[in-house]
Amino acid sequence: MANKKSLIIIIVLFLVAAIFFIMSQPKDGKKIASDETTKVGFVYLTTPGDHGWTYAHDLGKQMVEKHFGDKVKVSIVENVAEGPDATRVIRELAVQGNDIIFTTSFGYMDPTLKVANEFPDIKFEHMTGYKRTKNLATGNIRFYEGRYVQGVVAGMMTKSNKIGYIGAYPISEVIMGINAFAQGLRSVNSDAKISVIWANTWYDPVKEADAAKVHIAEGADILAQHTDSPAMLQIAEKNGALGFGQSTDMEAFAQNAQLFASINNWGPYYIKKIEQLRNGTWNTGDGPDHWPGNTWGGLSTNMLVLSEFKNMPDDVANKASEALEGVKNGSIKIFAGPLKKNTGEEVIPSGKELDDGALWGMNYYLEGVIGNVPN
Amino acid sequence: MENLLITILLTSIPILLAGTGELISEKSGILNLGVEGMMLTGAVSALGSVLILGNPYAGIFFGALAGILISFIFSFFTISLMTNQVATGLGLTIFATGLTGLIGEPFVGKTIPSLPKIEIIFFSEIPFLGAIFFKQDILFYIAISMIVLVHFFLIKSRFGIVLRAVGDNHESAHSIGYPVKKIRWICTAFGGMCAGMGGAYIPLVLTPHWSEGMTAGKGWIALALVVFASWLPFRLLLGALIFGGITILQFVGQARGWPFPSQFLNMLPYLVTIIALSLISIKTRAGNIYVPSCLGKSFFENN
Repeated sequence: MANKKSLIIIIVLFLVAAIFFIMSQPKDGKKIASDETTKVGFVYLTTPGDHGWTYAHDLGKQMVEKHFGDKVKVSIVENVAEGPDATRVIRELAVQGNDIIFTTSFGYMDPTLKVANEFPDIKFEHMTGYKRTKNLATGNIRFYEGRYVQGVVAGMMTKSNKIGYIGAYPISEVIMGINAFAQGLRSVNSDAKISVIWANTWYDPVKEADAAKVHIAEGADILAQHTDSPAMLQIAEKNGALGFGQSTDMEAFAQNAQLFASINNWGPYYIKKIEQLRNGTWNTGDGPDHWPGNTWGGLSTNMLVLSEFKNMPDDVANKASEALEGVKNGSIKIFAGPLKKNTGEEVIPSGKELDDGALWGMNYYLEGVIGNVPN
Repeated sequence: MENLLITILLTSIPILLAGTGELISEKSGILNLGVEGMMLTGAVSALGSVLILGNPYAGIFFGALAGILISFIFSFFTISLMTNQVATGLGLTIFATGLTGLIGEPFVGKTIPSLPKIEIIFFSEIPFLGAIFFKQDILFYIAISMIVLVHFFLIKSRFGIVLRAVGDNHESAHSIGYPVKKIRWICTAFGGMCAGMGGAYIPLVLTPHWSEGMTAGKGWIALALVVFASWLPFRLLLGALIFGGITILQFVGQARGWPFPSQFLNMLPYLVTIIALSLISIKTRAGNIYVPSCLGKSFFENN
């Protein structure tokens, strides 16, 4: 009997292992040997179905395929957890003979660097990180520019003067977004305050929804997020609150609630870098080393695009367009002095402006945000 | 305040439902660690059926049905083949996590309509309490009435006493002619049904779309809850509210700027689970009369 029992357990475990093995196999990973074809690999954090971060990267991938046609062969691996598993997947893509590999989440930074050192002939592109080497470049978007415009709209639309913000992790990229939002908010409304809830995850729709519900229960009427799913906007839609889409246009999830979305436009960057690889001019960029992202583009270079302004009166939409133009042409400097922390301490005096390095060192809230950054 | 209490209540429903099912199954002597997996199965089936049929009520039915069906796998192994319940339960959760990811793939990124709120006339007029307790969805009412029913079923009814007898001493129950295995199959199926409905509640009410592993540990919390409640239905209700409360309060604390690190608040529900389990295990050693004596033991009919 004991033998039968253990046999069954072994069979069950084997089946489970087999299922995991099958599911973890990279998709479309076939070899095509041709001098003309550039093989491109993408590593995704979730699936394009998140309708947020990864979806935006997938749109970029589609632009690549459209632009190059059969001159590129694209392989993607979805649902790759940040950490040791990522190293295995990236190495797998390298072994399969991809010429350039895009890894599309901050947490792939060290795994990408590790594999880049193992395969010096393959080019690597890590999105939103700051570690580089001869064959590893980085690309990033000035997400915070869109958040300034969000702040302007929020400041004019709020009735309760309470803004609910959902952050993923208290890292500088997210904090500079909150602070840019606060700058936009305070430029039109000095009474409104932002309260921040950290979800401690990039993607967990249930948690994001819980956080949104709490914000609304606490009196917030405008919601903003730096997490990946449309859950927050769905909750806003249900409860008659307003909010902003993240990474992609989330209007389909919240026709009455989305004011506008900040859309990450990765396609042109991917196309440029693959083009460079094909004509032999690929490089790791020429930006100064202290700022993360050799390529760090925003509204002015169309790496960040705003969707149509909706669900707001004309005067707000006009003001938002003004802010958008101002950020684009540089007449609005988001982090220009005088800047004060929410504790009252001065960050920078009038006439000066925070540089990119200072943005990546942000571990404090500016005026207009409630509470302290968790450490 | 009212909104906050409603949010806490609704957050408690999935673990309450799953806990109720597990309580019955454990009372009959079956420890099913597959609750998390059964909830996920219920969630993905509910969401899929609503997407296909367009009616949120279909989600309740298919969530429950899927929970029952997947519990049969567990019953077949542990009751008919007499495998180890702990290992099989863990296997079930791992299996269901993968399976639901696969099934859910085409549903990702699609929104479903939520279960409509049903006002109970007269009661919903009660100030404050009316809006909280009598303007909710059907599954909410089912979950609350289930607790009351299970309480009286276990204590008052003949079937309840037989069920407890099977869980406390399957040899004796068998020798006086009760069909031990059949009763355990039914109880495990009931556990599967409740877990399935608990899982279904997540896409049907809380977050109207699918994401992989969206139960995020709620099944494990439900398991701890049963122990925490020392197998008593009304304590289960209380426990579920406490867990729901902590889950929501961690966000409230952040929104209001309470001086705790958010990571600490995030781990509170799990911390409370561990503390509850430790406290109960101390109590059990001292002799807890509510623990089913045959919990987790296989029943060999020929002995």
